[in-house]
Amino acid sequence: MSPALFSPHSEPRSVSKGRPAFGIPVLAMLLALASPALAVNPDEMMKDPAQEHRARELGKDLRCLVCQNQSIDDSDADLAKDLRVIVRERIGAGDTDDMVRKFVVDRYGDYVLLKPPFKGTTLVLWLGPFALFVGALAVVFGFYRRRRTATIQPPPPPLSADERRRLDALLKESGK
Amino acid sequence: MIAEIGHFALVLALCVAVVQAVIPLVGAKRGMGSWMAVAGPASALQFLLIAIAFGALTNAYVTSDFSVMNVAQNSHTDKPMLYKVAGVWSNHEGSLLLWITILALFGYAVTLFGRNLPPGLKSRALAVQAMISVGFLLFILLTSNPFARLEPPPVNGNGLNPMLQDPGLAFHPPFLYLGYVGFSMAFSFAIAALLEGRVDAAWARWVRPWTLAAWVFLTCGIVLGSWWAYYTLGWGGWWYWDPVENASFMPWLAGTALLHSTVVVEKRDALKSWTILLAIVAFGFSLLGTFLVRSGVLTSVHAFATDPARGVFILMLLVLAVGGSFILYAMRAPAMKMGGLFAPVSREGALLLNNVLMATGAATVLLGTLYPLIADALNLGKVSVGPPFFNAVFLPLMAPMVMVMAVAPMMAWKRGDLAGVLDRLKFVAAAALAAGVLVWFLQGGSAGPWWTGAGFALATWLSLGTLIDLAERIRLFQAPAEALGRAIRLPRSAWGMVLAHFGVAVFIVGLTASAAWTTEHIQSQKLGETVMVGGFGVTLKSVEDVPGPNYTASRATFDISRDGESVGVMQPEKRTYRMPPRPTTTAAIRSGMTGDLYVVIGDADPKGGYVTRLYFNPCIPWLWAGGALLVIGGLVSLADRRHRVGAPARAAERRVAA
Amino acid sequence: MRRALFLLPVAIFAVLALLFVKGLTMNPRDIPSVLIDRPVPEMNLAPLPGRGEASGLATADLRGRVSLVNIYGSWCIACVQEHPYLMEYKKAGIVPIHGIDWRDDPALGAAWLKKHGDPYDRVGVDPAPGRAAVDFGVTGAPESFIVDKAGVIRYKHIGPISPEVWNKTLLPIIRELQK
Repeated sequence: MSPALFSPHSEPRSVSKGRPAFGIPVLAMLLALASPALAVNPDEMMKDPAQEHRARELGKDLRCLVCQNQSIDDSDADLAKDLRVIVRERIGAGDTDDMVRKFVVDRYGDYVLLKPPFKGTTLVLWLGPFALFVGALAVVFGFYRRRRTATIQPPPPPLSADERRRLDALLKESGK
Repeated sequence: MIAEIGHFALVLALCVAVVQAVIPLVGAKRGMGSWMAVAGPASALQFLLIAIAFGALTNAYVTSDFSVMNVAQNSHTDKPMLYKVAGVWSNHEGSLLLWITILALFGYAVTLFGRNLPPGLKSRALAVQAMISVGFLLFILLTSNPFARLEPPPVNGNGLNPMLQDPGLAFHPPFLYLGYVGFSMAFSFAIAALLEGRVDAAWARWVRPWTLAAWVFLTCGIVLGSWWAYYTLGWGGWWYWDPVENASFMPWLAGTALLHSTVVVEKRDALKSWTILLAIVAFGFSLLGTFLVRSGVLTSVHAFATDPARGVFILMLLVLAVGGSFILYAMRAPAMKMGGLFAPVSREGALLLNNVLMATGAATVLLGTLYPLIADALNLGKVSVGPPFFNAVFLPLMAPMVMVMAVAPMMAWKRGDLAGVLDRLKFVAAAALAAGVLVWFLQGGSAGPWWTGAGFALATWLSLGTLIDLAERIRLFQAPAEALGRAIRLPRSAWGMVLAHFGVAVFIVGLTASAAWTTEHIQSQKLGETVMVGGFGVTLKSVEDVPGPNYTASRATFDISRDGESVGVMQPEKRTYRMPPRPTTTAAIRSGMTGDLYVVIGDADPKGGYVTRLYFNPCIPWLWAGGALLVIGGLVSLADRRHRVGAPARAAERRVAA
Repeated sequence: MRRALFLLPVAIFAVLALLFVKGLTMNPRDIPSVLIDRPVPEMNLAPLPGRGEASGLATADLRGRVSLVNIYGSWCIACVQEHPYLMEYKKAGIVPIHGIDWRDDPALGAAWLKKHGDPYDRVGVDPAPGRAAVDFGVTGAPESFIVDKAGVIRYKHIGPISPEVWNKTLLPIIRELQK
């Protein structure tokens, strides 16, 4: 599949094989093909600061679909801009945050949520870390218990009547 | 011609690595000294050959030899010299060569500094090191040859992505790789110990400084990367929980755990099999990161040329190295002796708790990073796991960690007195609570996020707790006159711990404040117009075009005033590079104790004026200061006499003499 | 029990390795549409200039017959690649093809069709912010949707249509739906 371009600024859908791509094994490097910092523009912003604040917060939770790992709030891709505008339209129309999120999910699926919803298929994701922590504590607990039982030897069984007699005999001998 | 020499040197290095991987191992197994002795010279030769190859590629970049495809694709004659050199590791092939060079360097370091090591352990470790070399040399030679030629050579190159033409980024990858690859030392010694079936204090004493060195490099690399992201990306963010960042964070977490568990091995001869596992996992995470970044299985904003053939190759490497190690571990580790005893409430117990939390943290990052892949592979649908998830799950796991960090250093070895320690910390607890409440009121209660108070309380708890511990160690309150002398005589490793723990507290302040109270003003600003940001008046004075070496910048000049008085100018730029033709922004930042004024210039507005983005990012310098303290703490600890490489044998001699 | 703990790392790693093997065969950038088997979103898009008053695209136009809805734009590079094939399928007359001129100046969208040929029955204009396209869950151009007789979306193809895609995937679905 050859790249389907949005605009010169957005990312191709697939990087075709053998195409020279720029890149670096680095931390925190944003989209090689997008120009940075030109995301939210003054002309998109809502007049009411409280509503604008809601829109920004919502935007941070919504994934820009064409730029992969950016939120629509960080991306300057055209589709991200459209979604920012539409999110603001919904807020302007009186939607709650949940309604706006549902609006976008209805069209793009759960994929668009950077914070995956808590449901059957994400149970492992959400509860896994805490289960791991509890599991690890259980292992550590077992470790301490094993060591304690390993060090505290069981008391030796009491001497039998025969042994007692031989011991007494030995003691008498040495007492001479 | 020079490129061919480089290529040939890599082929020779592969042959040497194969010899180094086999002969010493057989020698160690059969007790043949001469075979074991092959490891040393082989590691030196291998390093020499790989250094020649690295030099050859660097030469091609410096001389702009565009007949080498890699240079043609990533360089340009106009580029400043620093970025010509940094261009070597700006791409897949070159960065792989850097990785291999560093690996060979560490291998050679074992030979250089390890004269006192038991020959069996040393030759086995060097053989394992060589096995990793063989894998990566095969990888580069078979799938990613950096010396491939281009016929006919182009007149000029494609240039380097302008975002990478930055000093922060020039030094970021070498540090990161010194960290990643540095963990190969602990790994090789762990495998060698499994092969020998023996782990003791001498092993830990050898592994600890190398782990610490790798950890220092990795910390440095991560901080440099975050700092770079902060000032180039133009909106003040510095961490994105992107898969590639996570790929560097997971080995850091595992490495931090390893750092702490080797202490227990050294001191108490306990937690041995766990430490071995951590050593494997820390380097395993480094390899996993390589796989994730270069195979294209995950989507990341970091664009590397991905190629399925490479993905398959690295996966094979990963399976052989990590899978093989885990199998060896399952076979050999259960036979390891239990070692010394300690109570759950003790320094060792606290270090173990640290390990549990760190390991859980690393596993959480791993789960979050891989979950999109897992869900997709199991047909559970496409999901995204982004910053909101990590912030919601990872950070709560780290809170108990910070609480333990203040308590642990005060705990006695073997059997501690928790009530006693908590009693000593009661004023610290009160201060932490007060700080939290104070911050809560200062931000106007629920006008800010609920967790700011918690963040500041934790930072206060940890910083004061660490200082109290230091004061007690030098008996500052009991015998103030002698305190300075005691402070000087305090082991450097103790100082290192204090500095690093204090650094974490400083970092928490930066993290909390910048996440909670950043103010942002995005507007179209006319010339002469003033906008108030974080108490500063920011006035746009002029915007003019300024030529750069390989770009044209439109540079804005802002007058900054405080309480009506001018305190300076700030000049952010928007650059358009000629090759490749791409825009970048360079923010202007004015740093202070309370935070950064951060100014970005955008496009011209058709109605006159310019789009400007003005931020006040509170306490951001605290992040870098915290990171720097971590690095300095690591370095100070590394300078401890007991950590000096080669010390184990000398210590042993002393013990014999006594 | 203790022994099993030592096997845990290799067991977890084996599972991960298997997932990675599967992962190498998948493309993380393929995002399936959630609109499959859902009715076409409500829309009433204006016509392109010069194509006649009643040639816009509305939801009602997509009921009654199987149809193909194609997202394009004059700025879209990959659209040029698929366009000749759309012209060909138009000539074959198998299925009506409707266009949505997305994020575009209508005049440019019309000029583009003059230059490259006009394979569309109806064309609706969807200027920025592309409300109709967002309702369709569009992520880029070109994209094509197969809509059945009841006006329900049945398939989405992302990227340019090639003869291979047409013959192997799209045409069989269209034929099936036309039965």
